[in-house]
Amino acid sequence: MLNRPLEWQIATIEAIQAETARTKTFTLSLPAWVRHLPGQHYDLRLTAEDGYQTQRSYSIASEPEREGEIDLTVESLPEGEVSGYLNEVLVPGDLVEVRGPIGGYFVWEVSRGGPLLLVAGGSGVVPLMSMLRHRRAVGSSVPARLLYSSRTPEDVIYADELRSLHEDGDGLEVIHTFTRSRPTGWTGYARRIDAAMLKEISAPLGSRTQAFICGPTLLVEAAADGLVATGLAPGRIKTERFGTSGGTA
Amino acid sequence: MDDPLDEARELMLDGNSVAGILYEIFGAEMTASPTECEHCGKEGELGSLLAFVSAPGYVLRCPACEQVILRVVQTADYVYLDARGAVSLRVERPAA
Repeated sequence: MLNRPLEWQIATIEAIQAETARTKTFTLSLPAWVRHLPGQHYDLRLTAEDGYQTQRSYSIASEPEREGEIDLTVESLPEGEVSGYLNEVLVPGDLVEVRGPIGGYFVWEVSRGGPLLLVAGGSGVVPLMSMLRHRRAVGSSVPARLLYSSRTPEDVIYADELRSLHEDGDGLEVIHTFTRSRPTGWTGYARRIDAAMLKEISAPLGSRTQAFICGPTLLVEAAADGLVATGLAPGRIKTERFGTSGGTA
Repeated sequence: MDDPLDEARELMLDGNSVAGILYEIFGAEMTASPTECEHCGKEGELGSLLAFVSAPGYVLRCPACEQVILRVVQTADYVYLDARGAVSLRVERPAA
């Protein structure tokens, strides 16, 4: 990866779309847009009138093939200093300071091959969605499975799009598990991610699978341990943890 | 409490979450950069380290032995970096 200066730029909020009761997607147009790698993030900085500054790191949800703009999907956290502002105050046309794309560890693109196993908890699906949208944008048929844990069906982010990606029949399967309440007549998984579930999901993909796990730290650790227990080499498993602070620094 | 990390574990992130500040310090993307734990010899990318970010500074710990690898504290004028827990850090040169 070629290093370039990482500079703050002023992005314009082009659109805001509610995804669930607690998450919104912000489309930002960037004057100095740079193609990102799926899985990378942007730092977002807010400055108060008295000069107080605070910043957070948010994963990119959109595919890099979309030029000039990015989508950030942000979950509103209880007492979230930045996420609360974003979700409740910002309107289209507002300006925000961002820098990025950042990160070279938790990234995947089609040229890196597969099969691909994606494991998400809650808003941990966001960077994985960038990978899946990229996979679709370039017409890849790399075998891929997304195991997505949500509390309730109403908490599923990108529900319609995931359904249509799943139904496209291009080698992607989306598997949901619900930990608190499930849809009526649901016959799928209804428990936290565990080793037995991971074994069923990962077995058809084989030992050359590249796994990406993103979510709260407890889910990440359970999923990583579970995948190692199935025999997947630790070097094939990459993780990104979302703290209760929602990604920070 | 037996393990002083237990309390902080819920707020724990990983090296990816400090990619921006590391980029600022080194002028380079660092999360995919390999490092080695001075304490136990575990090798891995900076992005895979455990990150504790809710203190005044940032602390990166080894995911295997949980000893401190990197500490970063920022003030208005300076950034303090304590990297004594890393055998080495690899920084990519700027593009020509």
